[in-house]
Amino acid sequence: MHNNKLYGIAAIFDNPDKIIAAAKKTVEAGYSKFDVNTPYPVHGMEKAMKLKPSKLGFITLVFGLTGSFLALFFMYWTMSLDYPMIIGGKPFFALPAFIPVTFEVTVLLATLATVIGMITFFFKFPENHHPLHDTNYMKQVSIDKFGLVIESVDKNFEIEKVKDFLNSLNPISIEEIYYKEKETYSVLEPRFLTFLFAIALVTSGSTYFILNKLLYMTPFNWMSEQLKLNPQKPSELFADGFGMRNPVKGTVARGFMPYLAKGQNNPTELLENPYLITEENIKLGKSKYLTFCSPCHGNYGDGDSRLRGQFPNPPSLHSQRARDFKDGMIYHVIVNGQNSMPSYAPYLNVEERWAVVNYIRVLQRAKNASDSDIQFVKKENLNNASN
Amino acid sequence: MNIDYSKEAPVVAGRLSLAEIEELVAKPLDTKPDRKYFIALSIAVSALMIGAISLGLSFYWGLGLWGNNQPIGWAFDIVNFVFWVGIGHAGTLISAILFLLRQKWRTGIARFAEAMTIFAVICAGLFPAIHTGRPWLDGYLLPYPNQHSLWVNFTSPLLWDVFAVSTYFTVSLVFWYIGLIPDFATLRDRTNSKIKKTIYSIFSLGWRHSSRHWQHYEKAYMLLAGFATPLVLSVHTIVSFDFAVSILPGWHTTIFPPYFVAGAIFSGFAMVVTVLVFVRKVFNLENIITMDHLDKMNKVILATGMMVGYAYGMEFFIAWYSGVQAEQFVFVNRAFGPYAWAYWIMVSCNVIFPQLFWFRKFRRSIPVMMVIVILVNVGMWFERFVITVTSLHRDFLPSSWGYYVPTLYDFGLLIGSFGLFFTLVILFTKTLPVVSISEVKAVAEGAQPSHHGGVVNA
Ligand code: HEC
Repeated sequence: MHNNKLYGIAAIFDNPDKIIAAAKKTVEAGYSKFDVNTPYPVHGMEKAMKLKPSKLGFITLVFGLTGSFLALFFMYWTMSLDYPMIIGGKPFFALPAFIPVTFEVTVLLATLATVIGMITFFFKFPENHHPLHDTNYMKQVSIDKFGLVIESVDKNFEIEKVKDFLNSLNPISIEEIYYKEKETYSVLEPRFLTFLFAIALVTSGSTYFILNKLLYMTPFNWMSEQLKLNPQKPSELFADGFGMRNPVKGTVARGFMPYLAKGQNNPTELLENPYLITEENIKLGKSKYLTFCSPCHGNYGDGDSRLRGQFPNPPSLHSQRARDFKDGMIYHVIVNGQNSMPSYAPYLNVEERWAVVNYIRVLQRAKNASDSDIQFVKKENLNNASN
Repeated sequence: MNIDYSKEAPVVAGRLSLAEIEELVAKPLDTKPDRKYFIALSIAVSALMIGAISLGLSFYWGLGLWGNNQPIGWAFDIVNFVFWVGIGHAGTLISAILFLLRQKWRTGIARFAEAMTIFAVICAGLFPAIHTGRPWLDGYLLPYPNQHSLWVNFTSPLLWDVFAVSTYFTVSLVFWYIGLIPDFATLRDRTNSKIKKTIYSIFSLGWRHSSRHWQHYEKAYMLLAGFATPLVLSVHTIVSFDFAVSILPGWHTTIFPPYFVAGAIFSGFAMVVTVLVFVRKVFNLENIITMDHLDKMNKVILATGMMVGYAYGMEFFIAWYSGVQAEQFVFVNRAFGPYAWAYWIMVSCNVIFPQLFWFRKFRRSIPVMMVIVILVNVGMWFERFVITVTSLHRDFLPSSWGYYVPTLYDFGLLIGSFGLFFTLVILFTKTLPVVSISEVKAVAEGAQPSHHGGVVNA
C-alpha cells in the first residue's frame, strides 16, 4: 500500500451545516486544492468554497448563435441560390418560414454543445480511474454523508498538519487515499482495438448490404418493378417483344425525314455526315449521348451498362469493328436499331443523331489517342495557359 | 381541514432519511422481477407484437391495407402521431418548466415523466415515418447533398416537423441522461455485482459527486431547462402548423398552436397520472410520489382541460363570426354530421368529466382519478381524430365526399404503439431508478443547511 502515492486526505461529516462550515474553514486555512463531495448539490457551497461562477453559459451562447446563423444561411443558400424554386407563392428567401427550423437547430446545437462541453471540457470525463473511486470515502458520500478531501498537490500540504486541521473540524472519520501510479493507454488495448475493428466491419458491411442488396429485394423494389411497361423492358404483348413503342408506321414527325435504308441490316448505301465537328455540335452530341445511349453503352462507350442486367450488355464502341464503321453506319444503327438494340429515331432529330455520331467519334479518338494527339493537347494547354 | 399556508408542505412524506430514500428507489433494481412483472410485460409485448405484425404486412403489401383513401388521406397514422407527441409534452413540462418555476414537488415525478416523454416521442416518430409509405427511404427527409442536387423544402411545415420532433427527442434524451449521471454513480457505489458495476461506471462517466462539478452541473441543468421550455412549446406549435398552415376549413385557424399545446399538456398529464398511480403502488413509492403530487397534477389537468374546452367553443364562435360559409359548414358538420359520435366522445371526455376535479375529494381519490384520466386519454385521442378526419371527409365537391373506416391494420398499429410504449415503460422501471435519487435527497427535510448557514449543530 505504501509504495503507492498519496492522493489526499479525506474527512467525512454527517450533516450539511458541518460541511459548509468545513469548506469555509478550509478556504480560510489557505488550502486551494481541495474538493467537497456531497450526494446532492448543497446550497451555498459555491460561496463557502469561493468558487468562481460557472462559465458554461458562454459555450451555450456561442454554439447557440452558431446554430442560428448556420441554419439560416444554409436555408438561404439552398432555397435562394443553389436550387431556387417558388413554392406556395413564397419568396425565395421566406424568412418567416425559416424561423421554425432556425429555432430548432439553435436549440439542438446549444444543448449538445453545453452538455458535451461540460462533460469533456469542464469535468474531463469519462474518468473511471480517479483515485477517489472505490474508496470507502466515495461509498459514503454517494449515499448520505458529506466529504472533504485536501489533495497532496496543494502547496501547503503536510500530512500531519492537514490531519490536525481536519480533526479540528470534528468529522466522523478521516481517511488517507492512495493511488497506484501506472501508465496505461486504454485506447491501445487489444480488446478496444478489436472492438473498434468489429464496429467498422459491421457498419461498412451493413451499409454495403443495405444499399446494394437489400433495397433491390422484395418488397423494397416494388416501386421500381411495377406492372406498367418501362422503356427498356421486354413485353409479351407486342410481337417484337419490346416494351418501348415506336410511332405507327408511316408517321413522319416534323423535321424527321424518312430514312431510306430502314429495316436493312447491312445497308449498301450510307449517308454522308453533313455536320462539321464543332464545339457546339459535340456538346449537343454529348448531352444526347448521355441521356439516350449511356444507360446501356456506359458514359464512355465501354459497354458497361447501368441497367443491372435488365437488358443485355451491348458491345464496346471502341472495338475495331465500331471504329471502322463509317459515320453513316453509326447513324444507321441509331435510326434503325441493330438486333436487340431498339431504334432511337423517334427520340433524336437528324441534327441530334449526327451530333451523337460525332460525339462517339470523339470518344473513340480519346480512348485511342495517338502521340500526335497528345502533343496537340499539350500545345493547346500551353497556349491556354500563356493567354 | 386546516392547512397552514405559511409553511411549505414537505415534498417527501414520512420523514425518510437520505439512505432510506435511496434504498426505496434502488430496490426494484436490486431485486429479481416477480410474477406480476412478467405478466405485465407479456401483455405489453403481445400488444407490441400485434403492432409489429401489422407493420410488417403494411411494409410488404403497402399502405393500401390501411383505411385512408381519397378524400381522407390522413387518418390513424397522423392521429396517432399527434396523440403520442402530445403525451410526450408532460415530461418536459414537469422537468423543465416546473424546474424554472422552482416547484420542488416536481422532483418526485420528473424522472418518470421524462422517461415517458422519450418513449412517447419514439412511438410518435414511428407514425410519420411509416406514413411515408416507403420508410426505408426516409433518409430523403434530411437535407443532404445528393446526386439529384435537390434539397428538402424548408418552407413546409412537414419538414419543420422533422426538425422539431428529432430535436425534441435528442434534447429530451440528453436532459434525461444528464439527470441520470449522479444516480448512476450512486448505483455504481452501492452494487456488489461486477457486471452491474461496469455498466453503471460506464454510464456514470466517473462522476464523483464533486461540488466543483455540481456547480457546472446545476448551471447546465438550468440552461437545458431554459432551452427545453421554448422547445416543448415549439414542438406542438409546429405539429399544429401541419394543419393550420394548410388552407382547409377546420384546420386553417390561428388558435391551433396554443390549443394544441394546452391539449398536449392535458393529455400528457393524464398519461403520467395513469402510469404513476400504478408505479407508486407497485414499488411502494407512496412517500416519494405522494397524494399531494397526484392532487397537483389533477389540478393541472383541470386547468388545461378547460383551456381545451375554451378552444372548442372559440372555434365555433369564429366559424360563425367570420361569416365564412365553408368554415361554418365544417363545424356544424363536425358536431352534427356523420362523425358526431366522435365529436361528442371528445367533448364529454375532455371537458365534462374533468370538471369533477373541482372537488378535493375526487382529486385525491385513486379510483375516481383513474377513471377520469383514462377518459381524458380517450378523449384526447378522439380530439385528434375529429380534427384530422372530419375536416377531410367533406371535400369541397359533394361528389368527393367520403366516410373513413379504419381497417384491422390501423387498429393493429394503434395497439402496437401502446404495446411499444408500455413495454419500454415496464422495462424502464426495472433497469433505471424511476425517481431521481439525488434530486429527491436534495429536497428531503434537513438536507440543506439551515438558514443561519453553517453553524455547527444548528
Ligand atoms: C437499351 C440499351 C441500348 C441503348 C439505350 C443504346 N444501345 Fe446501342 N446497342 C445496344 C446493344 C444491346 C447493342 C448490340 C446489338 C447487337 O447485338 O448487334 C448495341 C449496338 C450498338 C452499336 C453497334 C456496335 C457494334 O459493334 O455492332 C452502335 C454503333 C450503337 N449501339 C450505338 C448506340 C447509340 C448511338 C445509342 C444512343 C442513341 C445507343 N446505341 C443506345 C443497346 C443499346
